[in-house]
Amino acid sequence: MAKRSAPEVNAGSMADIAFLLLIFFLVTTTIETDSGLNRKLPPMEDVVDPPIIKERNIFTVVVNKNNDLLVEEKPMDISELREAAVAFLDNGGGKGEDACDFCQGARDKASSDNPEKAVISLKNDRETDYKVYIAVQNELVAAYNVLRNREFARLNPNLGLSFVEADRRYSDPRTSTSEKEALKPKLAEVKLLFPQKLSEAEPSKTN
Amino acid sequence: MPAISTASLPDIVFMLLFFFMVATVMRDSTLMVANTLPAADQVQKLDKKDRVMYIYAGKPSDRYQDKFGTQPKIQLNDKFATVADVGAFILAERASKRQELQNVLTTALKVDGETNMGLITDIKQELRKVNALKINYTTRNGDYMQNLK
Repeated sequence: MAKRSAPEVNAGSMADIAFLLLIFFLVTTTIETDSGLNRKLPPMEDVVDPPIIKERNIFTVVVNKNNDLLVEEKPMDISELREAAVAFLDNGGGKGEDACDFCQGARDKASSDNPEKAVISLKNDRETDYKVYIAVQNELVAAYNVLRNREFARLNPNLGLSFVEADRRYSDPRTSTSEKEALKPKLAEVKLLFPQKLSEAEPSKTN
Repeated sequence: MPAISTASLPDIVFMLLFFFMVATVMRDSTLMVANTLPAADQVQKLDKKDRVMYIYAGKPSDRYQDKFGTQPKIQLNDKFATVADVGAFILAERASKRQELQNVLTTALKVDGETNMGLITDIKQELRKVNALKINYTTRNGDYMQNLK
């Protein structure tokens, strides 16, 4: 039997179909990367007896349900928080084995001994707005970063990077492993000088 | 001069298409809550998508307000959830990841700026109970003073 070849399908519109699908995907999907403040929560099993911390080594920050700030029992505007936190951390009022030789602060005896003992305690009310909480967290993290930038630049003047930039390069997947290996101990050193001791208390419920 | 054959044009377009289908692995859950993120400038990028678990929270968007009310709620994947569901969600997400990644997962909290801290604190407590200690408060990149207007 003579077999006629089936008539060929015109494939001229295949390109149009492909373009349509492509435009659909371009429009409905995004390759967006989120960014945000990285924090670490404390583990659940708490220390049996919290070590006794001297009152001068704690920097209390309280936010109430009206989004007002109370720093060290005195009302403060949020724009001053970063400076106050830096002054507290950098104070270096300790003597003898508690002395801090890299601190450039006022060395006030009523403020922290050295950055390792300095604890910032944050307490908020259940009715506080989340965005105010973020603003406060941002300023406290900024205070640590300002001091860490200074120390990193002082210890590694040849690199020409701040701590934040070096940390960003360390986390960037595009940096070479050898550069990451070189950066790692330098970053760790500065983190030890100014450890992030930020404790958050259970929020109160004021009526 | 012979005309250039355009027979391979669809092939090129299909390759581009497959690239986009692969590069944008979208677990695109429709956002059922209002989600204007607050602004911050001390931020770090969250680019390792496969190591991130997302928790959304905020007031339900207008379409859902008659059914679910106006109190801020938590959204996990595509459904509303209560605080008690967060623990189970984290364990399920952790189990679905590869072995090596299970200890380095980050939980991204994408929360609307107007939410009250009470809900957030409950979420953080649940995360501590399941040992998901690496969290990220997702924000826009901006000046922190914008949060206070």
